[in-house]
Amino acid sequence: MTAPTTHPGAGPGNGAAAADLDGVTRDDASLRRFLHGLPGVDQVGADARAATLATRSIKTTAKAQAIDLAIRMVDLTTLEGQDTPGKVRALSSKAMRPDPSDPSCPATAAVCVYPDLVAVAKQTLGASGVHVAAVATAFPSGRAARDIKLADTRDAVEAGADEIDMVIDRGAFLSGRYLQVFEEIVAVKQACGPAHLKVILETGELVTYDAVRRASWLAMMAGADFIKTSTGKVQPAATLPVTMLMLEAVRDFRLATGTQVGVKPAGGIRTTKDAIKFLVTVNEVAGRDWLDPDWFRFGASTLLNDLLLQRQKMQTGRYSGPDYVTVD
Amino acid sequence: MGIDFDYAPAPESTGIVDIKESYGLFVDGQFRDGHGTPFKTVNPATEEVLAEVAEADASDVDRAVRAARSAYDKVWSRMPGAERAKYLFRIARIIQERGRELAVLESIDNGKPIREARDVDVPTVAAHFFYYAGWADKLKHSGYGETPLGVAGQVIPWNFPLLMLAWKVAPALACGNTVVLKPAETTPLTALLFAEICQQADLPPGVVNIVTGAGATGQAIVDHPGVDKIAFTGSTGVGKAIARSVAGTDKRVTLELGGKAANIVFDDAPIDQAVEGVVTGIFFNQGHVCCAGSRLLVQESVAEEFLDRLKRRMSTLRVGDPLDKNTDVGAINSAAQLARITELTQAGEAEGAGRWSPDCELPQRGFWFPPTLFTEVSTAHRIAREEIFGPVLSVLTFRTPDEAVAKANNTPYGLSAGVWTEKGSRILAMAGQLRAGVVWANTFNKFDPTSPFGGYKESGFGREGGRHGLAAYLEGGR
Repeated sequence: MTAPTTHPGAGPGNGAAAADLDGVTRDDASLRRFLHGLPGVDQVGADARAATLATRSIKTTAKAQAIDLAIRMVDLTTLEGQDTPGKVRALSSKAMRPDPSDPSCPATAAVCVYPDLVAVAKQTLGASGVHVAAVATAFPSGRAARDIKLADTRDAVEAGADEIDMVIDRGAFLSGRYLQVFEEIVAVKQACGPAHLKVILETGELVTYDAVRRASWLAMMAGADFIKTSTGKVQPAATLPVTMLMLEAVRDFRLATGTQVGVKPAGGIRTTKDAIKFLVTVNEVAGRDWLDPDWFRFGASTLLNDLLLQRQKMQTGRYSGPDYVTVD
Repeated sequence: MGIDFDYAPAPESTGIVDIKESYGLFVDGQFRDGHGTPFKTVNPATEEVLAEVAEADASDVDRAVRAARSAYDKVWSRMPGAERAKYLFRIARIIQERGRELAVLESIDNGKPIREARDVDVPTVAAHFFYYAGWADKLKHSGYGETPLGVAGQVIPWNFPLLMLAWKVAPALACGNTVVLKPAETTPLTALLFAEICQQADLPPGVVNIVTGAGATGQAIVDHPGVDKIAFTGSTGVGKAIARSVAGTDKRVTLELGGKAANIVFDDAPIDQAVEGVVTGIFFNQGHVCCAGSRLLVQESVAEEFLDRLKRRMSTLRVGDPLDKNTDVGAINSAAQLARITELTQAGEAEGAGRWSPDCELPQRGFWFPPTLFTEVSTAHRIAREEIFGPVLSVLTFRTPDEAVAKANNTPYGLSAGVWTEKGSRILAMAGQLRAGVVWANTFNKFDPTSPFGGYKESGFGREGGRHGLAAYLEGGR
């Protein structure tokens, strides 16, 4: 591994091929040099770019297309202390058939629950194709010993989870112990077995855009299948500029290594209008390859009902009302 | 993998705009016929004729100057600053209220995307009037005294028709001057709508006079002995002619002329934002911007990667119908300008620079030019020296900060420059060495009424905006 130059991993042909990336995780110092050598992010400029993307006007056929795509990208989520098997069964039914009045309405991508409710969700969803995602690793704080996090993960996978949403150790990240964060992600990835791993950065706690970019690269190098903004328990959760930065990261990572990684904003996206802004950003920043539920997800609960209301409006020309979509 | 997300057309409604068949001159508070030969203004995106506009000849200009003089002597220069401010605040608020109408009309007459007219031009116009309204009763703190000059003759270009009007009219009126303004012959409509706004605001007759026409009308204003001050924004060629015309008279002059700005990207720049800034720098308003970042100077160590990113970003620019809310690059303002851009880009190819444009389908009718960049450009090429005033970027490289400064300054112009680096000390060092009126750091093409704007060398003299902008309209600003 040659020491990273000014812009490691930022594009093909600049010395940041996959083989090189392996070497940077040799020790803490190498990893730090690499992450701190990533190009900086100018916050004002990034916010301005996201704000411009948010002015796109998506109407008629494009809007209908976007709504259906957004529904297919939803990880329908319930992560409450008061969750019960009954609630999870209801949510799972809704995920399979979001609009009972319209069979043409697509199913969501997944249902997202705590590990102890994975079996319930799995039972309801069966072979419907809707995945079960489980948050693990002492979600949402991640404050537990590694053994416990790994046990939490294995438990969820054994219960039938297709996808694991883990949290990174933000304390370790912010104190500069990057290798510790890296190794933990690697260990969780191993514990996942065949299940896909989404790595939650909790960007609301990382705060700076430079930190978001570094955490994104760290997670991707450690084997994340998806990088995810937030737990939904910390404000701000998924903002458009942060999601845009993560989309830049997955785009650049694929250029550097050939490996495609997905992105999941979660928390705070409640309206169709917001969801469409995110899809526009996916389209113009990462490109059409990411416009697929395999590569982009929305972690959301209330968003789905607004998507359904807007979908009904597109089809009938009239707004119905909250009683025409199901309560969760 | 992935779907094709084609944005359906999202046209802005034009119902709000009422374009008349013909327009007269706005003199002494009223619209009246001109004595020249009427001319037509066209929609550059469709080549459709929008309206017939009166041409002001020397007698019309004389009438306008006399109206302005009378309003100056009898009303405006005697009015307390706080009262003048009320009119300016009123105008600013009407501009906001009629913002959508102004934005749509600007887009139709100029060819600029509605997104820019709506989000940049019109809000900045209103902000300019608000800002100078605030100065009107505080001139004793300006540092230039409180004595106005008299009648200001103002000639403005077609690239930001309403914004350039605001830059000229707002400070002039705030200081107690009256104006005779000539909009460009290809974009007179928003200035004429502004005349209606002056009526709506009950501005005393003669304070603002708008005379339409081409070069001869402008010449008549410049030559008129009753004009105390000439303010011009436009090409360096015309600016030089104006300077010659007023030589030996006691008229005061400010000129805001051409540019060939360097956007300098260092290897430690925030790269994605730098790409965005370079795109904004040259493709904003189809590159019809005097301070456009038309020369990209990129450090050689990151040049290849930067260009890859830039090309990818350029491929997502949406070129087409200016009234579509998703359009990023609109129409070239006129056939003449299109011919000039075409001629210079052909020269670029002939001189050996590498030309690249993204795939984009251009409309059949109207005046269009795709976003274009030239690589392997040397400082000797015409496209590195002459102002193209179109969506054409010339890419040069440098190795050291000294070389960047030398290349950036190696131009007869000096209006603006951009510096992209994460290192604060380098920003300050570069800003001190670049001979340009505005140096943007990690941003580009940002305009604010509080910030002075103007050029070095052949980019002109005098400043517009901020406290400095008052100097051009007060006796103490000499």
